[in-house]
Amino acid sequence: MSRTITYPRSRTGASGALGLVALAAAGLYLGYKGSRRSEPAPAVYIDDAPRRTARGARDSRRARGQAVVGRSVTINKTPREVYDFWRDFGNLARFMENIEAVSTVGEVTSWTVAAPLGRSVTILSRVTEDRPGEVIAWASTAQSDIETRGRVRFREAPGGRGTHVEAVIAYTPPGGAIGRLAAGLFQLAPEVQARRDLKRLKALMETGEIPTNSNRKAA
Amino acid sequence: MRALTYHGAHDVRVDTVPDPEIVNPRDAILEITSTAICGSDLHLYDGVIPGLMGGDILGHEFMGRVVETGPGSTLKKGQRVVVPFTISCGQCFHCLKQQFSACDNSNPAEKQDLTEPLFGHALSGLFGFSHLAGGYPGGQAEYVRVPYSDVGPIVIPEGMEDDEVLFLSDILPTGWMAAENAEIEPGDTVAVWGAGPVGLFAVQSARIMGAERVIAIDHHPRRLELARQMGAEVIDYSRTHVLEALREMTGGIGPDAVIDAVGMESHGFAPDSILDSAKQTVGLGADAPHALRMAIMACRKGGRVSMPGVYGGFADKFPLGALMQKGLQLRTGQTHVQKYTHDLLRRIQEGQIDTTFLISHRLSLEDAPTGYRNFKDKQDEWTKVVLKPGMAAAA
Repeated sequence: MSRTITYPRSRTGASGALGLVALAAAGLYLGYKGSRRSEPAPAVYIDDAPRRTARGARDSRRARGQAVVGRSVTINKTPREVYDFWRDFGNLARFMENIEAVSTVGEVTSWTVAAPLGRSVTILSRVTEDRPGEVIAWASTAQSDIETRGRVRFREAPGGRGTHVEAVIAYTPPGGAIGRLAAGLFQLAPEVQARRDLKRLKALMETGEIPTNSNRKAA
Repeated sequence: MRALTYHGAHDVRVDTVPDPEIVNPRDAILEITSTAICGSDLHLYDGVIPGLMGGDILGHEFMGRVVETGPGSTLKKGQRVVVPFTISCGQCFHCLKQQFSACDNSNPAEKQDLTEPLFGHALSGLFGFSHLAGGYPGGQAEYVRVPYSDVGPIVIPEGMEDDEVLFLSDILPTGWMAAENAEIEPGDTVAVWGAGPVGLFAVQSARIMGAERVIAIDHHPRRLELARQMGAEVIDYSRTHVLEALREMTGGIGPDAVIDAVGMESHGFAPDSILDSAKQTVGLGADAPHALRMAIMACRKGGRVSMPGVYGGFADKFPLGALMQKGLQLRTGQTHVQKYTHDLLRRIQEGQIDTTFLISHRLSLEDAPTGYRNFKDKQDEWTKVVLKPGMAAAA
C-alpha cells in the first residue's frame, strides 16, 4: 500500500521545496502515526513549521538518505534587492565559504566547490524555477559530480524588517571515489555552513562588507 | 607595534606584533592615547573565559587619534575619538532600534558557532574579548583597527582631557544604562550591589535621574568611601546583615529599585565550564549569584531589578518565586554604548558628571602587566588603571 501525504502550500516555507523529492512512504507515515497516543488523531497532522524541523523521519527526504540543509535569515533589504543579488550567481562566491568559482555558459552554471586536501568538486546546475523577487530553484545536471537540488525563497518579512530569505538544499552523495570526496565536502556540519553563509550574505547586503577580526588584509 | 597580549592565565605580556591596517571599507586605524583595564579584563586574565587564544590583544576601553581611514569611514585623520567596546554595524534591525550591543552583523559568522547553541542567538562583536564575541584585537596597544568607524566612535572636542572622556567607552554608559533600567522615579530609594567602577557610575547616574536615596553595598573601604562621595549611603556587607539593614533603612518597604553591579563573568561562556564552575567555585563565583539573589530578596514589591553585571550561564537557586510573587521587573543586557555617548559627553562638558575621581593609577603601556597584577590583587587601592602608550615606562 502506498499513500501520499499532502502538505499545505501556504505558510510552510519548506513546502515550497517539495519539488526536491517526491513524497511517499506509507510506512513512515504509519510509524509516525503510531507514535502518537492521543486520539482521535487527525488523519494527517501537519503543523506550520518548515518540514526540515520535523522530529524523526517525518521529513521523507531524510528518510530516503538525502541530506537536507535549510536555513533562514532576515535581511534588511527588499525581496527584489536580495533576489537580484543572489540571481547574479557570481555574487555567491563572495559570501559562500566553500565556493571557489562560478561561471555560467548558456543555461548551465558550473560551481567549483572546495573539498578537503586542496581538491575540488564540480557541480553543474540548471535553474528550474525563477520568479523575480520571489524564488530561485536549481537542480544539478547528469554531468555533475554530486546530485543536488536547491531552492531559495525571498518573502517580505513582517514589520518592515526586510526580507525573510530561506534556502533549502538537498543532495545525495554518490558512491565511489567521488562520493568519498563528496562525503567530506563540508568541512563543517552542513547546518553550520549554511548559517555562516547566510549570515555573511546578510552582513554583506546590510553593511557593504563582511566582518572579520583580522588586523591585516589576506596575503 | 607594542601590544598587551594574552599568553595564559595570569600571564600577559607586552609584545611586538604587526601593525593593524585597513581591511574593510568602513575601518579606521587609531593611535591609542589612553586605554583602561576593566574588571572584565581580570576574568580574561584569570583564564576563566573560554575562547581566548594565545597572542590575543586585550583591551576594550580605549581612545585615540585617527591616523588612517577606509573609504567608507566618516572620520578624519587627526580627530580624537572614544570607541565603544561593543562593535555595531548601525544598519541591522537591532542597531536601528538602538540595541547596539545586539548587533547582528559585527561578530564574524565563523565566530558564532558556539554562542547560538548556548544562548539561542549569536552575540555581537566586542573588542579585546573572547573569540565567542568575535576575537577582535583590543586597544591595549599602540594602534587599533576600528570596524564600522562611521558608527561607533565619538569625536572629542579639543581641550578635553583623555581622563575626562575615556570611560565613555564602557563603564560610564554601563552605569548609566543600569540606572536607566532601574526606571527611577522621583523620591525612589535605589540599592546598588558592588561599588566598583560600574556601581559607582550607577550611583552617580541614579542621583542625576532623581533618586532621593542611593545605598551602595561593598566591602572595600576605599570603594565605599568613593560611593559616599557620590552621594550614597553605604553598607559594608562584611560587617552588616544586608537584607536586615536595607529593610530597616527603608522603614520596611525595601528599595524601589536594585542594581546588581557584581555579575558572575568569571563563570565564562562555554556550556561545560559554566556547569563546572557553578559546581566548583566557592569564592567569587558563589558570591556573585548571591548578590543578585539578595538584590531580588531586598527589592520592594512591584519594584525593579537592573542587572548590568555580566552573566554567562545558569544560576543556581535563582529566587524565581520572589521575582514572580513580588511582581518585580528584571532588565539587563550588555550596554548599548552608542545610544548614550553623545548625551553623556554633554553631561561631562556641563560638569554634571565627573569620571576622573575613579582613576587611581596611570601607567605606561609597557607596565601593563604590573597594572593587571595590582588591579587584581589590591582592589581596594587600585580602583582603576589607565595605560598611556605615550608615557615612558617606569624604570
